Parts: sequence; C-alpha cells; structure tokens
Amino acid sequence: MNKLDAKIPKGPLAEKWSNYKNHQKLVNPANKRRLDIIVVGTGLAGASAAASLGEMGFKVHNFCIQDSPRRAHSIAAQGGINAAKNYPNDGDSVYRLFYDTIKGGDYRSREANVYRLAEVSNNIIDQCVAQGVPFAREYGGLLDNRSFGGAQVSRTFYARGQTGQQLLLGAYSALSRAIHKKQVQLYTRYEMVELVIIEGRARGIIARNLVTGKLERFAAHAVVIATGGYGNTFFLSTNAMSSNGSAAWQCYKKGAYFANPCMAQIHPTCIPVHGEYQSKLTLMSESLRNDGRIWVPKKLEDAKAIREGKLKPTDIKEEDRDYYLERRYPAFGNLVPRDVASRAAKERCDAGYGVGNTGLAVYLDFAESIERLGRDVVEARYGNLFQMYEKIVDDNPYETPMMIYPAIHYTMGGIWVDYELMTTIPGLFAIGEANFSDHGANRLGASALMQGLADGYFILPYTIQNYLADQINVPRFKTDAPEFAQAEKEINDRLERLMNIKGKHSVDHIHRELGHIMWDFVGMGRDAEGLKKAIEKLKELKKEFWTNLRIPGNKETLNVELEKALRLADFIEIGELMAHDALDREESCGGHFRIEHQTPEGEALRHDDQFAYVSCWEYQGEDKDPVMHKEPLEYEFVERQQRNYKS
Amino acid sequence: MDKDINIKVKVWRQNGPKDQGHFETYSLEKISQGSSFLEMLDILNEQLINEGREPVVFDHDCREGICGMCSLYINGHPHGPDTGITTCQLHMRHFNDGDTITVEPWRSAGFPIIKDLMVDRSAFDKIIQAGGYISVNTGGVPDANAIPIPREDAEMAMDAAACIGCGACVAACKNGSAMLFVSAKVSQFALLPQGRVEAARRAKSMVARMDELGFGNCTNTGACEVECPKNISITNIARLNREFLKAKFRD
Repeated sequence: MNKLDAKIPKGPLAEKWSNYKNHQKLVNPANKRRLDIIVVGTGLAGASAAASLGEMGFKVHNFCIQDSPRRAHSIAAQGGINAAKNYPNDGDSVYRLFYDTIKGGDYRSREANVYRLAEVSNNIIDQCVAQGVPFAREYGGLLDNRSFGGAQVSRTFYARGQTGQQLLLGAYSALSRAIHKKQVQLYTRYEMVELVIIEGRARGIIARNLVTGKLERFAAHAVVIATGGYGNTFFLSTNAMSSNGSAAWQCYKKGAYFANPCMAQIHPTCIPVHGEYQSKLTLMSESLRNDGRIWVPKKLEDAKAIREGKLKPTDIKEEDRDYYLERRYPAFGNLVPRDVASRAAKERCDAGYGVGNTGLAVYLDFAESIERLGRDVVEARYGNLFQMYEKIVDDNPYETPMMIYPAIHYTMGGIWVDYELMTTIPGLFAIGEANFSDHGANRLGASALMQGLADGYFILPYTIQNYLADQINVPRFKTDAPEFAQAEKEINDRLERLMNIKGKHSVDHIHRELGHIMWDFVGMGRDAEGLKKAIEKLKELKKEFWTNLRIPGNKETLNVELEKALRLADFIEIGELMAHDALDREESCGGHFRIEHQTPEGEALRHDDQFAYVSCWEYQGEDKDPVMHKEPLEYEFVERQQRNYKS
Repeated sequence: MDKDINIKVKVWRQNGPKDQGHFETYSLEKISQGSSFLEMLDILNEQLINEGREPVVFDHDCREGICGMCSLYINGHPHGPDTGITTCQLHMRHFNDGDTITVEPWRSAGFPIIKDLMVDRSAFDKIIQAGGYISVNTGGVPDANAIPIPREDAEMAMDAAACIGCGACVAACKNGSAMLFVSAKVSQFALLPQGRVEAARRAKSMVARMDELGFGNCTNTGACEVECPKNISITNIARLNREFLKAKFRD
C-alpha cells in the first residue's frame, strides 16, 4: 500500500503548495546540465514542460508524434481557459475556482491538487500574455472574460473560438526558443513504443521513427509522459486521429498504476454522426451554450415529423418547444456541467424526442440571441464556429437551429500520480490529460487547458527537482544496457507478431467494432449486465484482432497501418479496463453514470460511504485480471454534497 | 440534399523521396456527398487494403481544420476548390457524379516529399526557431492586465496569429515563397507591445532563415492569400517588408 502515498503536504489548504516549494529539494545550475529528461508529447503540457525545464538548464529530449509540435491536439480546444483573476469583479477567487472544480468533478478529486491548480491559474494567464497570446480584449485595452458551464462567474479567458490554438502556439514558441538555444532536442514523427526501467527507475524509452520504421533507444534520468487521453478507444470521438493511449498503457504494463479508467467525459455539443464511414466527430465549443438555447419538440408527433423531413424546426411554435435544461435546472439552465447536459440530451432522445434523420440530435438555437444582440454580435462571438458547422452540415445556423449530440471528448482517468505528479514508478512522471489528477469524475469546461499548462509551466518543473536532487551523482546512461536491449526485443517481437497475422480485416474495421461496443455498453449510461457483456465482447474482439488483422507493407519502413495497429491493440485492452472499472464502481458520479444508481429525478447518485476513493489498477500480466488498490479521498476542507444545479 | 456519387481519383504515388513518382487512378462507388474528402480517402485506403495493396499515405490529424496537418493539392488548388477551409473540412458535396479528382502533394523545394502525399514541412519549424517568439522565460512576468493593448491591435494580432502553418501559401506560390507564413508570425508580435522589443531582430533572423531554407522570393502575385485556408491577408507581407526595412536601416 505504501506505493499509493499521495504525498500531500501538511498544513492549511491555501498554504500546502507554498510549504511544499519552501521545503522541497532543488538542483543547482551546474548539476542541472548533467541531468537528462525525456518528455514524450508536445501538447500544452508537454511543450510547456519541455520549454520550462530546458530554460532551467536541464537537458531535455522532447518527442512529437506529428510533423511539428504545433499540431498537438491541444490546438483544437476552442472555448477558453479558466483563471481566478476576478477581473470582472463578480466575486471570483482562488477558493471559488477550487470549489467549483471539486464540485464539478463530483467530489472524486484530491483537494490539495485542485487547490494548487486554482492557485497557479493566474500565473498561466500572465505567462501567456507575456508570450504574445492575443486574448480577447475590451475597448479599454484590458482582458475580456466569458462564462462557462459549471460556474456562476465569468472567469474564462479566450482568443475567439481558437483559445487552444493560441495557447499551444504560445507554448510552441517557448519550445522553439529553447530548441534554438539548444536546451531542448526535438524529435518529430517519433512515437514512444516502450518504457525502459533500470533498477526500478524509469531510465529511458524506445521510440519508433515513423519515417524510417526503425526502433531507437533514448536514455535519461527521468521520463515525463504528456501524451494526452485515451478517448479514441471509442473510435468516434472529438480527439485527433493520432491521439492514443499507448504511451500510458506501456507505463501501466511496466507497473505504473492506472487510475479511474472508467471516467471519460462525453461532451454535449458535438455535430451528430452522419454515416458509417465517419472518421471522427467535431466538437462545437461549449461557449455556444452561453447564447444558444437547447431544446427538442414537446410533442412526440412533432419530433417524428421532423425526423421524417415533414417539419422544419422553425415550424415548431414557441409553446411547443421543450427547453429541457432550463426546465430541469433553473439556476444554471443551459450552462449546467457537461455530464449533466449530455445525459439530459440522451434522456430526451431515448424517450423519442430526438431530431435529425437519426433521432440522435437536439437543437441548439440562436434565434433569441440574434434577436436580442443582433447578428453582428453573435457573429463576432461565434463566427468561426458557425462557419465550421455550415461547412460540415450544409445548414446555416443563423437561420435554422444547429443540431448537436454528445460525443466522447476527454478522459479524466489516466496514469496515477502523487502530488509531485510522479507515478508509482520512481522517475516516471505524467502530466496533462495523461494523468488522472485534477478533474475527478468530470472536468469543467476551460479547465483542460488550465491543467495542462499548470502541470507543464508551474508544477512539474518544481516537483521533478525533488526527485532529481538525489540523482546528481548518477552518470548519463548508455543505451547499450541489457534493459534497453530487452525492451527493444519486446517491442520488436510485438511488431513481428502483428505483421505475421496476415488476416482479412483492416485496422479501422476492427476499431470501428470496438467503438460500437464501447459506446453501446461503456458509454453514457452503464449497467452491470451491459458491462459484463462488453467484457465478453472485448475478449472476442481481441481474439479477432490477433488472428484476423491485415497490415500491408513491412515493419521497417513508413507504415501507417502498423502504427494504427499498435495503438488499436492497446485501445482494446484499455476498453477492457474501463469496463472493469465501471463495473466495479457501483455508484454514479460525474461522467460515470450507472443506471442502477440514480435519484428518483434521474440525477447521478453517489455513494460516498463506499466509493470515495480513486480506483488504482495494477497490471498482473497478459490475460490475468488486474488488481485494484484504493487511494482514499479524505475531504478535510470541503463538505461533500449532492451536486445541485437546480437552485 | 446529399446523395451518393461514383468518382475516380487520380492520386500521386511516390515510394520515398528518391522515387520518381507517378499517378494512379482508382474508381470509387457510392461515396456519400455528406462524407468529408479525407473520409473518401479512408474508403479508398480500406478498398486498397482489402485488395492487398498499399494504402495511400497522407498527413492528417485533427480533422476539424485547426492543426494544419492535412495538405493536398486537389484539382489544382491547395485544400481543394472551396475557400476558407482545409482539406479535412472539404466535403464530397463539392464534387459531382462521374468526376475524376486529381490529388497531388504540396510541390515545393522547401517541402520535400516523404511518401505519396506526405511532405516534410520541418522548414517551418526551423523558421519559427530562428525568432518566432518573445524571449521570456517561464515565471517572473508582469500581471496580464499590466499593459493595456488597444482592442483593434489585439484583433489584428489575432487575425495574423490564426495561421495554422499548413504550407498552402508555399504550395500555391509559383516561386515557392514562405512570405505569408513568416509575415503572419512577424505581424502578430509586431502589433503587440510585448513583441515590439525584439521586432527588428525577429524580422531579420526569420527572413534570413527562410532564405537559407530554399524558399523563393515574393513577387506579389497574391496566390497565397487566395488559397490560405485561414484567410491570412497579404497586408501582413507589407508589414513584414516595413519591419525588415526598418531593421536594416538601423544597422
């Protein structure tokens, strides 16, 4: 059990992080030059960490799966980034941001971590402005804020509908500067394929050069995983095509615990699925819920007529529309947290009120806002989103309501880390979406960017020193150590095995199948029977994968199908662990909704007496059931309540 | 209304940088006009894999028009015939039953071909590394509201910052010039007080790096602006020229 010490510093909540920093060990500048750090991933967390560590004087090796760090999927975040600046003078504070985040996460995250996140949020905004991030401004020249789901204050900073892009480009520019100064060595089109452990510590990785297909060895004093989440387990998600869970999964298989795998977020405002060959889903920013009103027809016959194309949404009279979020949650209305909004949409569609030709869509209507604010104002706020919608759906959202439906978007679960962001493997760290740390069972909007940058700029660069201070006498590793040879052999055998299946089906064919199983049984509403069925089906699918997959070409060259196959093999296993975890957690909380556990009004019903813990899964070997350890979540400062967005 | 169409795609195949390369034509049936262009290529690849042939290699990632990873010269236009979008946002409703669609990679000295439709754009990273940043370390920066910035300037900086680094400007240019890309970054920072401090040095070092990397000169044809999926304006090039001349005069 010792492995699961979260290492929370002593003292009052507001002083923990300062206390930690005052007493942690540091590494002096001469010694920093002698220490190497591998950072895998170049998104907000990875790029900001690599740049910051490089500036401090460590020798950093940074790995990027795309052709440039600027492509990382953080770039697609639209709406904004939260911070407790209280510039609008509406009563915000570090404590309030902390409280909203803890509550939004349905009381399944650590108090100390979340408080620290809220505390450093303000530094992030300062840092980004200094880097030249063009945030939206008022006419007086000061920064503008907007409101977001799950909060009653306006604390979200934004750069049109491209906040993620601008923040990532800020981190990318800092990283580019560090590369120019030779503080960071960048490797693009490389994918981590194995973790190397020497004497119990993370000491390197094996990466595959995606252009040549060759396996290469890299050694370091510490390894940082910043490879994002595993949402693509569902095949259709808002994640980018190359987003994958494999780096995290390699760590899990080497002994790092995997925390809360079942906690995946379903985003309420995505463009609905259109057909079988759909490759991914497109998110429409949650900020649209500031001015858009969500509704379905009140009458079943109207919904049916719309589905059959006999009625248009604009034909439905005001009194025949059901603005179900405003009806059910008067206090927060259309701005309830994502999990609540998603489930409410599913509930209406399951009851037969869904629209679109599939019946799996609800309306997001701007007619009232356009009338109230004028088309110009709406266009200035959301113009690029409206354009994006029109290009995809071929409908003009200024004239007819948008159609939206929930889709997998983000994974709160991830590699277990302690307060220092270190995993259960010494010297292995995980930051950003790749770890499980701050969002509990549900993440609030505009908090992913905040967490990624908090970890990368302001937390890891401190906490990693507490570990590295003990490593200053450890000389640089040679990659001809037997542990490297062994790791390389393992992955080489795996690639060999994949190439030799020579079956019938393409990777995408099997991945699509995985997506159906996950969405049907491990999606928005889960129950024991379905989850058991999912586990059975995933076992069969795994067998199908390893006996009937077809990969053209060969392994020592650029081979996109082989890359995808490696990731899919892991996605299937991640899916199994998600189902196990969801089955085990017999309560509903945040993004994890067990149909058996709901209030009479259909809200999520937590069981704090039994499940106020983090589920930490330990790998036991191929085809063996993993073992679960519990990290209890003791709340010292906040009282757990039933989440209430009604009044 | 979207319907199903039958098409032919004429695709550039090139097995590595040294291979000569050639076109191959494939027939596709019953492609829904509601599917995206890249989904059409997915279907083609699925078909090729099922026939035991090698799929077409192309770059793509976010599939929502923001990462800048997708490229493709489609019927003579970077990112296809529609305007203001990337290839991943192009839908098959822009094509008709019976069409033959020609698909080529970006062709430019600055972007060598890796395989098929995939090119190497690392030159863009190198240009940014030469000076496409404000030199601040993490921590120790002033409060975000310490410097008020006129809204109009912030908006213009944002217009320039919207560049996604896809390389369509270079591919569209008969000279293979990277001026639109470079000028967008130089403009973003030149318009903001934080960026003014290093404006001269930035313009000089980014332009020098661009020249070293084999990109051509700008002759003001304006093709880059027309084809840019993010509608980056060539007024940025004028601004870059001003910044560059100012810096040179000071030397």
